[in-house]
Amino acid sequence: MSNAPVDKGRRRFLTVGTSVVGAIGAVGAAVPFIASWNPSAKARIAGAPVEVKIDKVEPGQLVRAEWRGSPVWVVRRTPEMLASLDTTNDQVRDPQSEKPQQPEYAQNQHRSRNPEWFIAVGICTHLGCSPTFMPENFATADGVESGFFCPCHGSRFDIAGRVFKSVPAPSNLVIPPHYFIDDATVLIGEDGGNA
Amino acid sequence: MKALIEWIDKRIPMTNTMRLHVTQYPAPKNFNFWYLMGSLALVVLVNQIVTGIWLTMNYTPSAEDAFRSVEYIMRDVEYGWLLRYMHSTGASAFFVVVYLHMMRGLMYGSYQKPRELLWVFGMLIFLVLMAEAFMGYILPWGQMSYWGAQVIISLFGAIPYVGDALTTWIRGDYVISGATLNRFFALHVIALPLVLVILVFLHLIALHEVGSNNPDGVEVKRKKGSIPKEEQSKFEFHERYTSKYDIVDSIPFHPYYTVKDLVGLAGFLILFAAVIFFAPTMGGYFLEPPNFEIANPMKTPEHIAPVWYFTPFYAILRAVPIKLLGVILMFASIVFLFLIPWIDRAKVRSTRYRSGFHKANLTQFVISFIVLGYLGVQPAEGIYVLLAQIFTFLYFAFFVFLWFYSKNEKTKPLPERLTK
Repeated sequence: MSNAPVDKGRRRFLTVGTSVVGAIGAVGAAVPFIASWNPSAKARIAGAPVEVKIDKVEPGQLVRAEWRGSPVWVVRRTPEMLASLDTTNDQVRDPQSEKPQQPEYAQNQHRSRNPEWFIAVGICTHLGCSPTFMPENFATADGVESGFFCPCHGSRFDIAGRVFKSVPAPSNLVIPPHYFIDDATVLIGEDGGNA
Repeated sequence: MKALIEWIDKRIPMTNTMRLHVTQYPAPKNFNFWYLMGSLALVVLVNQIVTGIWLTMNYTPSAEDAFRSVEYIMRDVEYGWLLRYMHSTGASAFFVVVYLHMMRGLMYGSYQKPRELLWVFGMLIFLVLMAEAFMGYILPWGQMSYWGAQVIISLFGAIPYVGDALTTWIRGDYVISGATLNRFFALHVIALPLVLVILVFLHLIALHEVGSNNPDGVEVKRKKGSIPKEEQSKFEFHERYTSKYDIVDSIPFHPYYTVKDLVGLAGFLILFAAVIFFAPTMGGYFLEPPNFEIANPMKTPEHIAPVWYFTPFYAILRAVPIKLLGVILMFASIVFLFLIPWIDRAKVRSTRYRSGFHKANLTQFVISFIVLGYLGVQPAEGIYVLLAQIFTFLYFAFFVFLWFYSKNEKTKPLPERLTK
């Protein structure tokens, strides 16, 4: 040990300097560990669009497809189902679909490109269960026979996927981008450029 | 032999540590049934670690093979069924003893000064234990594994702005997938057990620094020089304790409490084995029926309920029809438990000497917790929603009432020494 007097200013500068550089290094070293939790390139590619054949779907029927690992519903709505949307207008939270839960072309009362076809991601916006399609006996109001009911926490959606008031789910069901290639086929996951 | 011990003691403090923490560690003489739970929790932890290591030897952590490898363990691996049932029953047993252990702390005021940090470490253990159990439940990759994970991870989606990005980051995919399964496996078998063992170590260090509370809530370590020699405990305790305090009504941890804990352990193992051999699924409460079906991302089971030990908190989550508020309340229900050493402002610890109002309040809290646990497995409709709201209110009311009346509570006089 030398007996040289301690230069406190210099010692503090070195302590703070080393700590700051060390802390920046630690943050940098944390990046790969945190970023490796993001979806991998493989998982990102799996988001490719899917084609669904719709020429054999009966009115009032629901068919399921898988897109990005989630269930997607394709429902061919009957005129009675579409009429029920007028009744539910004032019972749902977001009747005009103002929240960005759908592409622009589905921001309407029936929430789809074509009123007859309802296409939605079948995942409840509350905690991610898949609601049950109820083509009849839905019975939230007179004249409303059909809708979606989530068995997990009791959320209800009308036949356009609009969430009812006073249920746990905060927003309408998500409508994926979609377009009709022809009368028999719909492509889910792409707008077809004519959005 | 003596030479060997001397040789070791010159190099690590073996004999001294034994005396300090085991053979000459003073513990109050009036421990009852409730004081068995701590050592039982330790035994269950060892059970989980040992059976867990053996399960990983045959388990395959991938979305394609996980379900099949669990069936392989159950049917083809010798005694695989036993190892798995010891592990799955052990998870439930862990929560049984931990809930009773926490109940003991609430009854006898064991969280009060100077044991606040001891309680906080305990609560951290409880929190890590819940994460550990949740991630473990995903590994068999059954329907309940999948959809339970979907629901719980979606909770983080309720956080404004970052919610969606955060859930994608946790899952490592846009939905629960093999990526999620693999990372939860890593956390379940390495990261969280490591944290758990460190926290248990800190919990014990904190316990041995302040000493155990007891059913009377009266300190057994008194000010040095305040107790006449003939009234102090007759046993020889480590000088680290006797140099600072006069010790009354205490006995050495070993052999007195080691033997008592062994009797408790024998009783516990009888019950534990009975469940493993005769009711390993416990009628669907320890292992739920939908989990015997492989995960199917296209189809949610009719009725999703978590395993029984999460149901009280789950019922609180569902009680509120607003997503963010429900999530906040659920987390708050645990945060309040963390804060109880500061919410309870009374100077008297044990319910034995506290006011009738406190006893009533604690009783209603325990009842509310149990009823919420029942409601958590029922469907969220009709009368159940209203009941969940009422008992969620009562759960939180416990803490609010406690804060108000504990400041000037009318308590009974404390005994000078421990009673029978």
